Amino acid sequence: MTLLKEKAVLLDAEADNAIEAIRLSGRLLVEAGYATEQYVEAMVKGYRDVGPYIVIAPGIAIPHSRPENGALSAGFSLVRLKEPIEFQHEKNDPVQLVCAITGVGNTGHIEMLQKIATILGDDEKLDQILKAENYEEITKIITI
Amino acid sequence: MYILSVCGMGFGTSLMLLMDIQSMAKENGYKVDGEATDLGSAKGKSCDFMVASSEIANELSSEDVPIISIDNLLDKNEIKEKVLPMIEKLSKEG
Repeated sequence: MTLLKEKAVLLDAEADNAIEAIRLSGRLLVEAGYATEQYVEAMVKGYRDVGPYIVIAPGIAIPHSRPENGALSAGFSLVRLKEPIEFQHEKNDPVQLVCAITGVGNTGHIEMLQKIATILGDDEKLDQILKAENYEEITKIITI
Repeated sequence: MYILSVCGMGFGTSLMLLMDIQSMAKENGYKVDGEATDLGSAKGKSCDFMVASSEIANELSSEDVPIISIDNLLDKNEIKEKVLPMIEKLSKEG
């Protein structure tokens, strides 16, 4: 059983810029029932206000906002971009994986975040995610 | 020892960073207390040092405590290489 719903995964998506990519990952959160539209706009605002720090590692962005901005339950979505996009991060650009995250409460999402971090921080798994051909393959790698 | 981990919202990456640092410190025999906070609240707060992603660290440059900047928040080795020496140094002074 994976926490990553099929509705929350989009492979080889096309986006023209960082904001579009964040909105794509947010739309998946809404479709999977993790967040409201308001949360998506809060993630976009967060990116505009505090900048590209959401690019936590080379090629990986984790857009998120605070629970009170429209999170419904803890969850995440995964967008793999067809072409990597510049997020204006000094060192970790360009971004190919956009993993939007929701949490409720102050720490309830942390265990999930840690697990995601462990998977994305594993070069071998990251490579498998970049090469996976469909949702089924992704769920074999992201087993949370 | 009290540290602040800082991110844009005090909710995502800063908590991740704090937990990584605390578990790394524990493995090396140190106890580190701290809190995860957002950029706005971090400014002017008292602590022994602050840790943040490089983007956020640039915004904290006017603080009068040491700032440690992490480029890859998923890279536990980078976190250890940059943070452990600071913990060791403060423990000796402490």
